[in-house]
Amino acid sequence: MSTTETKVPPKHTKKETVPEKTEDTTPAFEKSFVDQIVNQFSDDIEIEYIKENRTKLKVKKEKIVDVAKFIKDNTPFDHAESVTGVDFPDDKEIGVTYHLGSYTDPDYSKQVLALATRAPREETPNPGNDSTKLPSLRNMFYSVEFHEREIFEMLGVYFDGHPDNRRLLLPEDWADLPPLRKDFKNKGR
Amino acid sequence: MTEVIPTKQMPPGLQVENVDDRIMTLNVGPQHPGSGHMRIIVKIDGDYIVDADPDPGYVHRGEEKMAESRNYITNIPHLERPVIHDSCNILYPYVLGVEDLVGIEVPERAKYVRVIAAELNRCIYIQYWLAIYGIFLGHSTMFMWPAGDRELFIDLMEKITGARVTHAYFIPGGVRNDIPANFEDVCLRQVNYFEKRIKEYADIFYDNPILKARTEDAGVLSREDAIRLGTTGSVLRASGVDYDVRIKEPYDVYDELDVHTNVLKEGDSYARSKVPWLDMLESCNIIRQALEKMPKSGSIRTKLKPNPKGGIDEVYRRVETGRGAAGCHIISREKPEPYRLKLSVGSFRNLIALPYLLKGEKLGNMPAVYWSLNYWPVEADR
Amino acid sequence: MLKELVTPQNANVFVGKLGDILYKALDQPLGMAINWGRMWSLWPVHIETACCSVEFGAASSPRYDVERFGIIEAFGSLRQCDLVVVQGTITRKMAPRLRLVYDQMPEPKYVIAMGACAITGGLYFDSYNVLPGIDGILPVDVYVPGCPPRPETLIQGCMLLQEKIKRMKAR
Repeated sequence: MSTTETKVPPKHTKKETVPEKTEDTTPAFEKSFVDQIVNQFSDDIEIEYIKENRTKLKVKKEKIVDVAKFIKDNTPFDHAESVTGVDFPDDKEIGVTYHLGSYTDPDYSKQVLALATRAPREETPNPGNDSTKLPSLRNMFYSVEFHEREIFEMLGVYFDGHPDNRRLLLPEDWADLPPLRKDFKNKGR
Repeated sequence: MTEVIPTKQMPPGLQVENVDDRIMTLNVGPQHPGSGHMRIIVKIDGDYIVDADPDPGYVHRGEEKMAESRNYITNIPHLERPVIHDSCNILYPYVLGVEDLVGIEVPERAKYVRVIAAELNRCIYIQYWLAIYGIFLGHSTMFMWPAGDRELFIDLMEKITGARVTHAYFIPGGVRNDIPANFEDVCLRQVNYFEKRIKEYADIFYDNPILKARTEDAGVLSREDAIRLGTTGSVLRASGVDYDVRIKEPYDVYDELDVHTNVLKEGDSYARSKVPWLDMLESCNIIRQALEKMPKSGSIRTKLKPNPKGGIDEVYRRVETGRGAAGCHIISREKPEPYRLKLSVGSFRNLIALPYLLKGEKLGNMPAVYWSLNYWPVEADR
Repeated sequence: MLKELVTPQNANVFVGKLGDILYKALDQPLGMAINWGRMWSLWPVHIETACCSVEFGAASSPRYDVERFGIIEAFGSLRQCDLVVVQGTITRKMAPRLRLVYDQMPEPKYVIAMGACAITGGLYFDSYNVLPGIDGILPVDVYVPGCPPRPETLIQGCMLLQEKIKRMKAR
């Protein structure tokens, strides 16, 4: 049984500013609903990429609630699959990405739309009482309730409008930095 | 716009605020015959639950933080530990994501072997889940029969990989080693016996009038609420939504096989306990088809360069595990370690249905509702 | 002849000596009987701590039947159990609860540390939330290595515990 050595270049492109290099069928469909959203909020939204079945939009944190409400009312995306929090210490920001999916519309069942925002990051965090705050999307997409609680305890981001910002997974007496920040290092690493 | 936050009809006459000390707070804690590795803080008024607050985190080992200091290959034994008996499925989205980042193609025979291993693992997980469900309801025969029958499939996995559980079999580029020579005959024989055997579970469990009385109409989840709460997997399919990632967004060779989903409409605990059993019968069909269509020879692995790295990129892949759709979000920054690795697991997404469903239920129904959400606590805590 | 030997003066000494003779005659067989009873009916507490609980459940399955050794998973309260099998990783959140469970069990009680994570922290030795082994909080009798240990290894661990009980002094 011999193992072959093949290296195929990545199937997807990096930026959507060169659209003629992508495959011919699917990004047109993604582009259609992305354009619907971008045309509504012209300068507060930035498209990060449009790939096959995966699209990502960057939104400023003041407008994320309006964008989410527009997406919920006018497009078939009806639930949030997962919420990721990332720490970018070089940009001094903490990013939160919501992945939205659709259960009801069969044409949209493969699509996952990622909405990304950033919150300012402080050197010595004081979770709940400093400037790292984001508005909560719980009233639009109810399924983010426990995910936002987890991001609160792991990264120190307070969600305005979430009724219950408290610990979920960490022990009750955790008094150290929020663990997923890059300043917090595991033992010996 | 319809009402977003779902509210549940409670039986009349129940009190929610603690006036006259009528409400009692109980800890259904980590040491309890009916709770698994989790605590549920339950407030009861007489015999009815008025509020439930799940308290996970007793097995939170910090997988996501540790993944940032290990490279893509050494992460594999770590990321399969959340569900050790369904390890192929929980590792699948990570392996598919790394293949996208690094940019390699998987040979055809490796894809078929992966599908067979994934379906065997799905059956192993669902059998253990049914066994524990039987124990929670006090039906110890329902513990012994599935726990004994799953040893057949564990034997098959041991023939392929060498380990009973925690196989670490999938690697980016294919699988670790090939299946042995006479595997197909042994596998077909065991799958045929398994299928006959799990149909007998209907006699002791699904047609059992005591079990039906305990689980029918306990914890009813309507179709709109299942979509709004973002549930996934068998919980969703028992409430009438036909969504399975193997069909909607097929990965590997699922688009060449004939896969059917089982959808029930009632949405109560009985339906949620029946859907995984029907899924197991479907898995047997998938294994048979895959064994037929598998190419008889071919390589099973594409070699990776040492220290694989991705560019400045991010990727999100999804896979259907025994508990629901699991996703892996990897952000890479041109280093051998991932910059951020996030696992979105089916159990954590279904957890939100627990406080919602337990309100207004009797305390005796709690194990029936809680475990029927196909919840594996170790996976939800990662 | 006994009437001449036992006088009112040395009657209590005689009774004391009788007690000594009875104790010496029965201590060893009675101790063996008590130890025999203890080692063939070890009831584990129903606490599942982490992923090794899957192999503990498989050990109770019909193939590796651990019930023939008397280890029945007693689903009653923990006030009737005498064995704690610590299955897998103990996190900082779980550690006080585990100690509380151990303190609530009546004497005599035994502890088996199952899996590499319970012995030294295992694969998760550098995590922020994991205790490196349970030696610091519980007195362990038997260590069963493996990740996870096969059910046969766990049964061998139980048999080692039984031999340890046989050698112990029955209190």
